[in-house]
Amino acid sequence: MIKTVSGAHEAIEKIQDGASIMIGGFGLCGTPENLIRALHEKGTRDLTIISNNGGIDGLGIGLLIGQRQVRKMIASFVGENRLFEELVLKGELEIELLPQGTFAERIRAGGAGLGAFFTPTGYGTISAEGKETRAWNGRHYVLELPLRADFAFVKAWKGDRHGNLVYRKTARNFNPVMATAADVTIAEVEHLEPEELDPNFIHTPGIYVKTLFQGSGYQNRDTLNRE
Amino acid sequence: MGDAKRECIVKRAVLELHDGIYVTLGIGLPTLIARYVPPGLNSFFLSENGLLGTGLHSAEQDPDPDLINAAKEPATAVRGACFVSSDEAFAMIRGGHIDLAILGAMEVDEKGNLANWMVPGRMVKGMGGAMDLAVGAKRLVVAMEHTTREGKPKIVRHCSLPLTGLAAVDRIITEMAVIDVTSAGLVLREIAPRLTVDEVRRNTDAELVVDKDLKIIEVCSEPL
Repeated sequence: MIKTVSGAHEAIEKIQDGASIMIGGFGLCGTPENLIRALHEKGTRDLTIISNNGGIDGLGIGLLIGQRQVRKMIASFVGENRLFEELVLKGELEIELLPQGTFAERIRAGGAGLGAFFTPTGYGTISAEGKETRAWNGRHYVLELPLRADFAFVKAWKGDRHGNLVYRKTARNFNPVMATAADVTIAEVEHLEPEELDPNFIHTPGIYVKTLFQGSGYQNRDTLNRE
Repeated sequence: MGDAKRECIVKRAVLELHDGIYVTLGIGLPTLIARYVPPGLNSFFLSENGLLGTGLHSAEQDPDPDLINAAKEPATAVRGACFVSSDEAFAMIRGGHIDLAILGAMEVDEKGNLANWMVPGRMVKGMGGAMDLAVGAKRLVVAMEHTTREGKPKIVRHCSLPLTGLAAVDRIITEMAVIDVTSAGLVLREIAPRLTVDEVRRNTDAELVVDKDLKIIEVCSEPL
């Protein structure tokens, strides 16, 4: 099945104001840069973004934050973006913070058709507030619900025309689970392969991917001591 | 905190590793531990962003933007390493497959409750993977300075800061002491050279039982 489109702009044509979008990446590593740039240029607003981090000022998701396109973020760690902090404190940006393993597993549950699951993570902490808890064999668990989105933007190393994807090193991170948990998954790949990928070595089966394109101009830098 | 203090804590913390161990290090001070692993000791460091078998990156190497650790620093993959997705990494953690987690802390209390992710009133950055490590690691060691910059004890009777995990901590390692969390309370196992038990007690805001067989922390030989 041929699922390729010309580029990011064509891929995001149908995205409207108010959409929820999962965005892959850990920091800037494995972030779908072309899709984020295209969304930034398109100016779509009132978005709910589900991503592990909040980007850094002016880069990655930081671009969308900077242009005030985001109404709410669901994330695990957002400490690297000054403007982000400011907007949260001013009440202009809503934030829901989850333990990283719970974040990953809620998305996995969303893609795998589960109704809910129990995790020991966060029991006895703020993270469990307002949530049902249960105990089995002397261990306490917190009830968590699946997380899904209208769209998922994933970044892969290689993809074939059927949407099968392979990731590279730690650029994999949240991309595979997010690919499963959206109504429409869009993949940008560094290399669009002319031949089908080896069935033994596929990370994301094409069934999860609606459209894909070959990206370009990957900047992708992560520096810890930026200041 | 002075370099000598950090080095003391890190050098003592690295002794918690045994041959064949699978470890996760928290961000901050614990990341330094990777630099002190003795050459003969086989260990695999899990970076929760998706690398089992994290190695150090040296300045001579060109950083690969696709290869970072959980602190978002350039890293390398050691021989026998494996790249995994984030959900898989956290399944390893939550599923009890990691032998040892070494984390920093703001507070640890008498029951081993851990607070290390949030200070109310200041911007909340998020808990990241800390809460999963708190429930999942087979053994959790806190490596931290004994007091805050202002000299306030970090080992307390009851954590006042928002918790990362209940009864999560097994051992605390500071530049002053090695303290175990037991059902009988906090037990002082080792003490820094030239320090008295009284000095440790004065800087600790919780009951401390002294091990009859109290040892000196050998690796802290330099005056602090």
